Amino acid sequence: MSNNTAEKQAVARKDLTYRQWIWKEMKKNWVAYLMILPYVLIFTIFTVAPVVLSIFISFTDFNMLQIPNVVWLDNYINLFFADDIFLIALKNTFVFAVIVGPVSYLMSFLVAWFINELSPRIRSIVTLIFYAPSISGQVYLIWGTLFSADSYGWVNATLLELGFINTPIAFFQDAKYVMPLCIVVALWTSLGTSFLSFIAGLQGIDRSLFEAGAVDGVRNRWQELWYITLPSMKPQLMFGAIMAITGSFGFGGVVTALCGFPSVDYAAHTIMHHLEDFGSQRYEIGYSSAIAVVLFAIMIAANTVVKKALSKVGS
Amino acid sequence: MARLRTRKHKVVLSRSAGGDAGITVLLTLLGIFMVLPMAYVLMQAFKPLDELWMYPPRFYVMNPTASNFKDLFTLMNTSWVPFSRYIFNTVFTSVMGTLGHLFIASMCAYALAKIKFPGHKWIFNTIRTSLMFHSTVTAVTSFILMSAFHMIDTYLAIIIPAWGYTLGLYLMKQFMDTNVSDAVLESARLDGASELRTYWTIAMPMVKPAWLTLIIYSFQTLWNAGSSIYIYSEQLKSFNYAIGQITAGGIKRAGASAAATVLMMMVPILVFVISQSNIIETMGSSGMKD
Repeated sequence: MSNNTAEKQAVARKDLTYRQWIWKEMKKNWVAYLMILPYVLIFTIFTVAPVVLSIFISFTDFNMLQIPNVVWLDNYINLFFADDIFLIALKNTFVFAVIVGPVSYLMSFLVAWFINELSPRIRSIVTLIFYAPSISGQVYLIWGTLFSADSYGWVNATLLELGFINTPIAFFQDAKYVMPLCIVVALWTSLGTSFLSFIAGLQGIDRSLFEAGAVDGVRNRWQELWYITLPSMKPQLMFGAIMAITGSFGFGGVVTALCGFPSVDYAAHTIMHHLEDFGSQRYEIGYSSAIAVVLFAIMIAANTVVKKALSKVGS
Repeated sequence: MARLRTRKHKVVLSRSAGGDAGITVLLTLLGIFMVLPMAYVLMQAFKPLDELWMYPPRFYVMNPTASNFKDLFTLMNTSWVPFSRYIFNTVFTSVMGTLGHLFIASMCAYALAKIKFPGHKWIFNTIRTSLMFHSTVTAVTSFILMSAFHMIDTYLAIIIPAWGYTLGLYLMKQFMDTNVSDAVLESARLDGASELRTYWTIAMPMVKPAWLTLIIYSFQTLWNAGSSIYIYSEQLKSFNYAIGQITAGGIKRAGASAAATVLMMMVPILVFVISQSNIIETMGSSGMKD
């Protein structure tokens, strides 16, 4: 509301009400609406509508076959009080996101920061090395080969030879190892868009800030990082955080490809898997929509927390 | 800056040797962690079958051979749907999806960045928020909508949603904010150029790095697309899906599948190598100002 009053005051002409002024501006800029129309239409149909639709369907028992009944909060109550596997999925998702999100974020930033002072040529080679796994499609399947369950797997063979183990370990079929391994693989593929954004952000910092900082008594690179570098690239940090949230909550495919579905004892079962299970396999759309809504809520909450945390940077 | 109280003696910005060494070691370790699996993929692709299944397994290839690639092409020729069809599917959907996305998203980005019409802020904020939402989450409801539009099991099910990718629009809009000067646009408008003309002849040539980034992101996503729940006809499936079928063939096909992995990953990597400087330039304006 305060925003509105500010804009009202900005209207120079007193003979127009706010509403008339908006209408006039809209008519004046009709071409702009025409220009955004194709994109906004597609965006609405394929991004906004599915989200909104999920919210509505989550209050029903829709299953693609019968006419849906409104069941209000039943789906949510079942999720949190009757579905043990969902609770496992919820726990796994949190463990995964809490580790992969921040670690990949830090790793992206630190690597970008380390290579910032290298010569452009070497920097571009190092960038490629770190970025390549995230764009190479299904190349992460190689982890399945490296950690294969028999003694032909390179890791098992090496461990056998060194005498650490007597029988090969079925890494991706053992509840003890599934989650840690999936986390490692996820980290391996996680230096993506935010990494590039950090590199660019570091490159874009005004050099004279560092000189001014040196005069002002910045003594080492850590102080420089905290007082100059980080505050100067806050926008990139925010963008990177959004990308990290997306990445750490949406990683189901890697787990399915490496551990099968469902993973052994549901050890790496996440909300994403639960969603696919009920949505694309059992067609319990109402229930799966409730799962999706829970996931949206978690993502938005994570986003808010991250925003709060980042506002403290450099102070 | 106000909090800095360390003014006892003025020091020129120092880089301690210990810090440099520590950083180098850490970076090297991380680098090895990133490179090893990639190197292993390459090694596997050039190992003859007896080396792939030898005990104890070796990391390095001893007698490199191209026979895996030959096997792969033989396998491709024996598939029920000709492999050229899968390749066509992927290339066709990638090109159409990317072209449409480029035009539609950049036009929208221009209007959002450079025309101050009522509503431009909240429209952009909505798009920005949706950056967070993974497409898998909305897959089921998208399926329902697409079947309402009779798009299921057609190329359109892949192409049209690609036009609405959010990351491309976001990066394009941010890049235009910082790299297209309002003064130039204003003088074009005063000369009587229409908004569409200003967008196409003035703004677009100024944001070529962003074009390229948008093209590459969209192309990469489409290129790496495997099986989709929206497509069930074998003839319409993607190259990546078909490669996956070969990979799933077990022990006998281990060599061919390693070769296929290398072929599939070479394309996005090469594209990135060529366009790296442009992408980094675009990312310079990717930040969220709030």
